[in-house]
Amino acid sequence: MSPNGKVVVRVEDLRKHFPIHRGMIISRQVGAVKAVDGVSFNIHEGETLGLVGESGCGKSTTGRAILQIQRPTSGRVFFEDIELTSLKSEALRPLRQKMQMIFQDPYSSLNPRHTIGKIVGEPMVVHKVGNEQEINQRVFELLDLVGLKEMHVRRFPHEFSGGQRQRIGIARALALNPKFIVCDEPISALDVSIQAQVVNLLEDLQKQFQLTYLFIAHDLSMVKHISHRVAVMYLGKIVELADRKTLFSEPLHPYTKALISAVPTPNPELERKRRRIILEGEVPSPANPPKGCVFSTRCPVAEPICSQIEPAYLEVAPRHSVACHLVKPIAEEPKVT
Amino acid sequence: MDNVTPLLEVKDLVTQFNTLDGAVHAVNGVSFIIDEGETLAIVGESGCGKSVTMLSLMGLIPQPPGKIVNGQALYFDGSTQRDLLALSKEELRQVRGREIGMVFQDPLTSLNPVMTIGQQISESLVEHMRMSSAEAYQRTLKLLEYVDIPDPQKRYGNYPHQFSGGMRQRVMIAIAIACMPKILIADEPTTALDVTVQAQIVELVAQMRAELKMAVIWITHDLGVVAGIADRVMVMYGGHVAERAYVDDLYKHPKHPYTVGLLGALPRMDEDTARRLVSIEGSPPDLYKQPTHCQFAYRCPFAFDRCWAEIPPLITVGYRHKLACFYDIDQGRPRDVA
Repeated sequence: MSPNGKVVVRVEDLRKHFPIHRGMIISRQVGAVKAVDGVSFNIHEGETLGLVGESGCGKSTTGRAILQIQRPTSGRVFFEDIELTSLKSEALRPLRQKMQMIFQDPYSSLNPRHTIGKIVGEPMVVHKVGNEQEINQRVFELLDLVGLKEMHVRRFPHEFSGGQRQRIGIARALALNPKFIVCDEPISALDVSIQAQVVNLLEDLQKQFQLTYLFIAHDLSMVKHISHRVAVMYLGKIVELADRKTLFSEPLHPYTKALISAVPTPNPELERKRRRIILEGEVPSPANPPKGCVFSTRCPVAEPICSQIEPAYLEVAPRHSVACHLVKPIAEEPKVT
Repeated sequence: MDNVTPLLEVKDLVTQFNTLDGAVHAVNGVSFIIDEGETLAIVGESGCGKSVTMLSLMGLIPQPPGKIVNGQALYFDGSTQRDLLALSKEELRQVRGREIGMVFQDPLTSLNPVMTIGQQISESLVEHMRMSSAEAYQRTLKLLEYVDIPDPQKRYGNYPHQFSGGMRQRVMIAIAIACMPKILIADEPTTALDVTVQAQIVELVAQMRAELKMAVIWITHDLGVVAGIADRVMVMYGGHVAERAYVDDLYKHPKHPYTVGLLGALPRMDEDTARRLVSIEGSPPDLYKQPTHCQFAYRCPFAFDRCWAEIPPLITVGYRHKLACFYDIDQGRPRDVA
């Protein structure tokens, strides 16, 4: 399987701001948390786009805003050339069959009072696909697909381990034959040995059904493993996007470089020799982002211009976009100093 | 490395929890030694008993429901040795904080929310070091500075909620090292933190270890972090020690099928070609059952009849390399275990 050129999801200047209100009786808006602040990208058919960043950078909100679970403040999202952002909820519903989500926490994303059969079959009931017998048949098929057994159908979520629950979540997402799945940190809550099981399953399913994934995670090594292209987010903005190999071997943005250098590798010799780029301080509040470049307050190579003017998000090399004043298009000057 | 002095020797520790559903066999006979100034990493997945082992040593297991059924923890202090598990509560209190410092995973729940962080740090100085409050104040400022908290004088009077996650973990570390303990136990200190902040904390602990000559027990599930900081690594599974070795030895020549599986399950930043991850099939063991055989046998691709019949003892397979397995994966056949 390899992604073909067909664009499945197109995101244009997506913004999601959460208003901050003050006052109990006469409530007025005093500001906004700019969770997502102008992101644009495409996702191609059969492709996995990895979206990485630290907590609070807006990566999950981006996923939710694409699926219209949370309506974006502005910007446009297209799914197979249909603009989702202009559709009313009623008109969206049939399209939701094609776009599904796998959640981070396999404990709170399954209803504890429903049996596995009911959980996995529910999307078909909601969308009125098939009769009872067909639904039951499909549930068995799905359980088999994700490596669970028919006998599990009458059990409840608490009877399963974390990894098995995540398989149930995946079966539910697959129920309606979706094209596009947002995987929101699907493995962060799982143990290492179980993570590999779930990632392998996601990869197999992608091959089998030509699925398109937006894979949201904070674990860079896992994103490197599963993605075709990777976008790095910081404080509501995409700072760099490139194909997997380029991003990890020739990162251009100072934040991407620091992030990659901070990931520990299970190799003692390399680890001892390695020089990490240690970033000072922590991520600023998205309610009050810094002026100019959002990363300027922690950037080890920031210049005066960085705290004044916001850098444009430019394609500096084919299929490699960066938002940084210090990165010039490859033709002029290849490396940041 | 041969003339090392042991600092703490744990022998055959068994800890259980009695619940309404029966006993949970959390730790089933764990033994290890930690030497002066070394870093020992204890690695394992949730429920493998790594935290319970440490909490048992520190007398922090609530009893009941917990029960330390068996074991010794000999703490060597110059010429004297004391069994931590046999000490009274009062004696243990003198060891905790003074001789052994601790850092926990979640700094928000382990700090007192209604006490300023300055008070929380100086508390142990007054208690253990018999300092006057003025001395303790000065020393606290030094400690805050040492763990890189900017503006210590101003921060002394702040409460935990006024700090970010990374800063709280720095406060926890300041408390843990306040009395210059000989051993620092860090229980998943970076798990709740972002990767760039994790790098900061790892750097800080490495620096402290070099400067203060502390032994560090680093409990984690992350084999990546371990590679950079540990001298020796102990892999635990189902309340047993599966394998223990020097860090290079373990990563280069893992001998336990579980260690091999764990290393194969990790995607690696130092590889360019995409490969399929090795997955360890099945789920972690059921701790309600009294172990009578190798706990990993359920998931082990090499398990044979002996693995289901007895618990593998810890045998020596190399220089300070211990293994609890009946199978020799290098030779591809069962090994001779007495």
